[in-house]
Formats: sequence, structure tokens, C-alpha cells
Amino acid sequence: MAAVLVLLAGVGIGYFAYWSEGHNFRPFKLGLDLSGGTQLVYKADLSAIPGADAADSLAALRDTIERRVNLFGVSEPLVQTEHVSAAISGAAEDRLIIELPGVTDTQKAIALIGQTPVLEFRMLKPGADPSKATASTTVDEMFDPAIITGKDLSSAELQFQGQGVSEPVVVLHFNSHGAAVFADVTKQNVGKVFGIFLDGSLIEAPVIREAIPDGTAVISGNFTAESAKELARNLNYGALPVPIELQYTQTVSGTLGAQAVQNGIMAALWGVAAVIFFMLLWYRLPGLIAGVALLIYIVVTLALFQLIPVTMTAAGIAAFILSVGMAVDANVLIFERMKEEMRSGKHISEAIKDGFARAWPSIRDSNISSMITAVILFWFGTSLIKGFALVFGLGVLVSMLTAITVSRTFLIALGIHSKTKLAHFLFGSGTRL
Amino acid sequence: MIIVKNRILFFCITGVIVLASLISVAVWGLKLSTDFTGGTLVEVTYPNGRPASADLSASLNSAGYSGYSLREAGNKDYILRSSELTPAQRDALSAALSIGSTTVATITQYTQVGPTIGTELRRKAFISISLVLLCILLFIAFAFRKVSQPVSSWVYGVIALITLLHDVAVPVGFFAALGHFAGAEVDTLFVTAILTVLGFSVHDTIVVFDRVRENLAINKEKGRKEPFEDTAGRALNQTFVRSVNTSLTVLFTLLVLFFLGPASTRDFALTLLVGIIAGTYSSIALATPLLVESERWFKQGKK
Repeated sequence: MAAVLVLLAGVGIGYFAYWSEGHNFRPFKLGLDLSGGTQLVYKADLSAIPGADAADSLAALRDTIERRVNLFGVSEPLVQTEHVSAAISGAAEDRLIIELPGVTDTQKAIALIGQTPVLEFRMLKPGADPSKATASTTVDEMFDPAIITGKDLSSAELQFQGQGVSEPVVVLHFNSHGAAVFADVTKQNVGKVFGIFLDGSLIEAPVIREAIPDGTAVISGNFTAESAKELARNLNYGALPVPIELQYTQTVSGTLGAQAVQNGIMAALWGVAAVIFFMLLWYRLPGLIAGVALLIYIVVTLALFQLIPVTMTAAGIAAFILSVGMAVDANVLIFERMKEEMRSGKHISEAIKDGFARAWPSIRDSNISSMITAVILFWFGTSLIKGFALVFGLGVLVSMLTAITVSRTFLIALGIHSKTKLAHFLFGSGTRL
Repeated sequence: MIIVKNRILFFCITGVIVLASLISVAVWGLKLSTDFTGGTLVEVTYPNGRPASADLSASLNSAGYSGYSLREAGNKDYILRSSELTPAQRDALSAALSIGSTTVATITQYTQVGPTIGTELRRKAFISISLVLLCILLFIAFAFRKVSQPVSSWVYGVIALITLLHDVAVPVGFFAALGHFAGAEVDTLFVTAILTVLGFSVHDTIVVFDRVRENLAINKEKGRKEPFEDTAGRALNQTFVRSVNTSLTVLFTLLVLFFLGPASTRDFALTLLVGIIAGTYSSIALATPLLVESERWFKQGKK
């Protein structure tokens, strides 16, 4: 009875996996190496940001890039930040990871991100004079850390100012936080100079004449009507709070990915067939049960991949195929143990029970060690390897459960108590009566 | 058990294998991929057939590229490696790879790794391999903590560790040869393969050790006196079929992966194949014989 239920559950899960793929309910998530697309990793330069604002700035950085990416109609982009500690990379670093599925033109992808302006307002250090700056003077030597950045901007617009020949300017409107900070700073620093930076270069360095409480600022740096319009438009899509620098680029074409998927599926099918065939040949009836357990293992993991969802990569497919080979290990352990119990003269039903009980400590300990490896792999990995580790770890866990529960249920359900020749043939290849 | 009886012979065989691997690494060295060194890796395909390597070089040189290397791949592809390209070089690459209007290049994969990411991955690879080894040592010492006679549980852990070092040495040596003869490069997938081999091999070793543990417990229960050599030998006998069978099922799947799987995981499957054969061999022919040897050593030390 229990066996029938398990079988039905297996078929049910299998159908779910199939159905959800077909109906796009929760289809398999393909990594960039399979779907085609671009991954870009940028280093965020937080050197001009006071420590307390770092987390805020990174969050703003991520949101701005995400908005920018969405604007260009990339489906399901991934934008995330990552902090790398000094112990691993030599120096602590904050990174921005951008994944653009379907964008297979590296140039276009980089241009898409690169159009985002970086906006910074920085106070001139006392005594520093921009007009006397030489080529070797760095910005950080002349200016204090940024007080207002792209994260404080709410919108920008193009205006024309001045009498006679009117000059195009860009008017910035700050959000409430930005307005408060700007009002405060301008109030305290009347007569001093601050610098407005775009993409890291000084656009202008106006003198503060009076406090500006209304949260607007004007940039008037030798714009043409056209360039001012473009800047305003780009600023409206969001400005970056910190400069970013491209560290890593990977683009995979869609055709290469599709080929990998196809090969992966073929390899998986043949791999499963080879394992089941071998198990049947060597263990006969228990081998058949191990085969059923393996199929149930496969549908359960596939359904889990869809539900969690696990991003499938070429390495992930490899891990899955590998896990199929390893999944039967628990069964092999149990069956070998059963045979041994039978050889020592035990009845089949008793041999089944003892076989399971005795094999358990080995199964447990060896799987724990595999899990340790999977966890460390997950930590080691770039996103491709993380896919491998996740699939591998899940595989170890699920296979342990299915091998034990499913095979056990079936073997006991078959209820073989007889000591007939047939029963012995079915169970005990390699043992004598 | 024949292997335990003739363990000196097997130690010699193992020694030769490890020595060969080390020599292979020393002579040929490991080629690190752009993942670790930083730089640019481009896979380019020519749907109408690829041009001769000299023509392609000429086109690249005249466009101002230098310090790159070209390697043929597949039937219509080239793999180009170079130091990091400037944005302008990157954007002009597709045009420089095409010759005239007939041989048009399609870039199928473009990877550019900055120096800090390369350094970081190198460090991470070392840290994670060391971490796996350490965790496994600790775990085995813990899992076998109740077995202290005749050898302490730490010895089991240390022997598992030695076995694992063998399992790392063999595929690394193999890969050095593969790099020399077929241009294979050590990338993050290779490190993944090594870590997986570690996990699998210790799996195998634990199963044998577990049987030793069980046999010792049975002997104690029944008050049976038996030389440790026999107890361990019996455990090896009892688990032999299982070790071979499990490895066989995994090897089947890996062979399938190697022949039918995606091109990007072919070297990976090969590394795993070699590593898992090494792992199965070492857990049978190295781990338990070492255990027996260390027991004799400790016994003599006590006398």
C-alpha cells in the first residue's frame, strides 16, 4: 500500500515538473552560460564616501543600475552587490554584479551600463585651489569626501538661464534627504567653494553665496542645448552615487548555450540509462527497485530545481549527472549488506531489515562529508560554480532520502517471506542457497 | 585480504603513481586560465569555415593587437587569449577577427577578467581546498571518536587526509600532461572537479573505515582476539564490491558526460574520471594498508 502511494507521489511530482515547464508556471531557470547573455562585474569605488554612508550608497547604486537595465527591456536581469573581505582578495572590495540574459553583444551591454552618470558634490578642502592644480594633484587631495551623491537626486531638468544669449543649464532637484543635507551644508559654508563632479571629473566649482533651502542646484558647465538635454535625461534615469570600474566581463552567445543544453540533456538520459542497466544486471530485483528509486530521485530533484529555483548552468548539469551516479551508492551499500546477511544464513525479510540498519552509519557519515564539500564549494564559487555546488548538495541530500525511504518501502511491500528458489534468484545474485 | 597482505607492493605502486604525477607537474607545469591570471578569452566561430591562423594573425596585427595567442577549437572555431583589452580594442575585436566580407566572425564567448578577480579566485581555490581537507580531517576524527583501540580516531583522519592528497596529486599531474599535449587549462571548473573528487574519495574511505569500526565492535562484543591486520583486511573484503560498483556507476555517468555532454564540461568530466579512479584505488589500496601499518607502528612504539 505504502509502495503504491510512493509510486503515485513520484508520478505526481514528475507530472508537475513536466507540466510547470510546459505551462511556464515555474520553468527551469537557465544560467547565462546556457541561455546566452552577459555578466558584468564592477568594482564600486567607495573611497570618496564616508564610512557610515557606504551601505546606503551601495543600495542606491544597485537600484539605479537596476532601473537603468529594466529601462532597456532586458528580461529578468539580476543586479546584486557583493562585499569581498580583505582576507580573500588582498583588499576589501565592494562589487556590483550584473547579469543580463539575452544580451549577447558585450559592447552594447557595457554601453548600457556606462551611460549612467556618476554625480558627486564635494567641498573644496580649506586652502586648496583648483586653478593651481597640476596634473599630478588628485581630486581626493583637493576635495573632501562627497556630501551629496547620485542617491540624493530625485530628478533633473533642462532650463535656459541668463539675459541675452541664454545658456542651457541642468537643474537638479534633490530628494528629501538630499535637500536637507544640501540646505545644511550651504548654510554652514557660505563663501566657500564646492565642486560638482560628473563621472569623476570636475564640472564646475561654484562659490556658495547663500543657504539653499529648497533642494535644487544648478549645473552650468559650458553645455550645448543638446548635451544638457542628454545629461538631464540620463540623470532622470538615476545617477550613481559612486564611480564604478569594470572588472569582469563574460558574454556567451545563445547558440552556444542552446547546444550545451541539448548535449546536457542527452548526457543525462544516457547516464541514467547506463546506471539503471548496470543495477538491474548486478542486483536483479533490488536493482529494479533501485532504478525506480533513482527515477523518483530524479523527478524530486528536478521539481526542487524548479521550485527553489536553482539556476541551471553547464556545471550544474554536470553535477546532476554525477549525482545520478552517486545516488545509487546508498542502494549499493544496502544491497551488498543484504547479500552478506543472506550469506550468513538469514531469511530474506530479515536480511532486508538488517541490511538497512547496518548500512545506515556508513551512508550517514559518507554523505555528511560530501555535504561539507558542497558547502565549501558553494562558498568558493563564482555564480557558475555555485550552481554546481547547489545541485551537488541537493543531490546528496535527496538521494540519501530516496534511497533509504523509497527502496525500503518497496522491498518491504513486496513482502517476500518465502525461501523459494525464485525469491533467492531475484535477490541474491552471487550468493548460494 | 590480498591487498593488506601485500601492502608493501601497493605502497610502491602508489609511490610510483604519485611520483609520476609530481614529475608531470614539475616538468610541464600547470597552465592557469584567464580565470586565475586575469586577461581576455574569446571564442570565435566562422560559420563559413575558419581562416588560416596566419591570415587571422595578420588581420589582428594590422588592427593593432599584440601579445595574443590563437588556438583552433572544434571545426570552425578559434580561441583567442590575450592580456586585458582596452574598451576600444574590445569594441573593434569583432571587425578585426573578420577578414573581408567572406570570412565573417561571430564571437560566441567573451570573457575578460581583471587582475583583482584573478588573484581572488586563486586565493579562494587554495583556501577552499585546504578547508575541505581540514574539515574532513576533523569530521573523521569526530565520527570515529569512539574507536580508540588499537589506533586513535585521529589516525583515521590523518590517513584519510594522506589518501586525499594522493587523490589530488593524480588528477593534477594528469592535467599538467593534458595541458602540455592538448592545451587544457586550469580554471575554476578544474578546482571544482578537484573538490568533488575529494568529496567522493573520502566517501569511499569512510565506508571502509566504518566497516573496520564495526568489525572491531563485533570482536569486542564477542571477546574475540584477532590481529588488527585481519580485522581491517576483512573490512576491506566486505566493502570491496560496493566500492567498485559505486565507482562504476559514477564512471558510467562521467563517460557519458565526457562523450555526449556540453563542450564546456568535457575537461571537467575527464578530470573527474581520473580523480575518481584515483580515489577508488586509494581508498582500497592505500587507506586500509596504511591503517594496518600505523597500528603496527604504534604497537612497536608502546613496547
